[in-house]
Amino acid sequence: MVFQGILFFIAAAGAIGGAVAVVLLRNPFFSVLALVVHLFALAVLFLLLYAQFIAAAQLIVYAGAVMVLYVFVVSYVGGADEPIDQGGGVPRALAPIFAGALLAVLAVAIGATSMKLIETNGVKLPDDGNAYGTPEQIGELLLTKYLLPFEVASFLLTVAAVCAVVLARRRRGLEELTDDTPLLGEGLGKR
Amino acid sequence: MNISWYIALSAVLFAIGAGGLVARRSPLVMLLCLEIMLNGANLSLVAFARMWGDGGGQIFALIVMVVAACEVVVGLGLIVALYRNRLPIDIDELDELKDPA
Repeated sequence: MVFQGILFFIAAAGAIGGAVAVVLLRNPFFSVLALVVHLFALAVLFLLLYAQFIAAAQLIVYAGAVMVLYVFVVSYVGGADEPIDQGGGVPRALAPIFAGALLAVLAVAIGATSMKLIETNGVKLPDDGNAYGTPEQIGELLLTKYLLPFEVASFLLTVAAVCAVVLARRRRGLEELTDDTPLLGEGLGKR
Repeated sequence: MNISWYIALSAVLFAIGAGGLVARRSPLVMLLCLEIMLNGANLSLVAFARMWGDGGGQIFALIVMVVAACEVVVGLGLIVALYRNRLPIDIDELDELKDPA
């Protein structure tokens, strides 16, 4: 029990630290790496909540596949350092205040909740099968009670894959871009 | 650990993500901040699932991860398309659709 508490605070510090680093680091590449730390810490938290399958999926899908996609795009687009406090002005400076206000609202909502179970460690899990959160239970739920969301999710993934191909493919029929081609984005910010 | 600790942590993560979404100008980093917000919501879903001892919340969290993956694919596709068209990767300068007045 004590061990779980210590692990929770280590993982929570990792998750918050990773999230803050994503926001504060100027180089997008380092932001991506900070998000990987954040995702690993979250996987530990999921394990502490007995959600084994979700933790594994988090590591494989997020920290594995999605982050590789991010790293490729950052290196393709060229992650230049971003000057944070330039342009915008007032709205950017208000971002911490906005985040604080949102946190205050959420804290009030959580503090005012009348749920009794929230102050416990959750209901007692059945001793026998250790069935909660295992791939067996998730798979059974996905193919029985939650079959429709499962199928809709697969359809959504298909749509997203087609959409990505359409967005990122090289258009045919246009002249090849050379160094002389005027840049479409030139002068946009100088109005 | 009390479930309330997890819920409080998820609220903090959500607020950090929302603040970063407002503060940053690069669409890439904004997508990362969106991931943080989705993960905060996911943490509360899994915590509530543990609270009731019911697997439904975990299924919900899985679906959220699927939606996040789709969002990443489309968002990164948009960024690559912007780059191909030699447009600036900066949301402050991508204001073509705004009323010029």
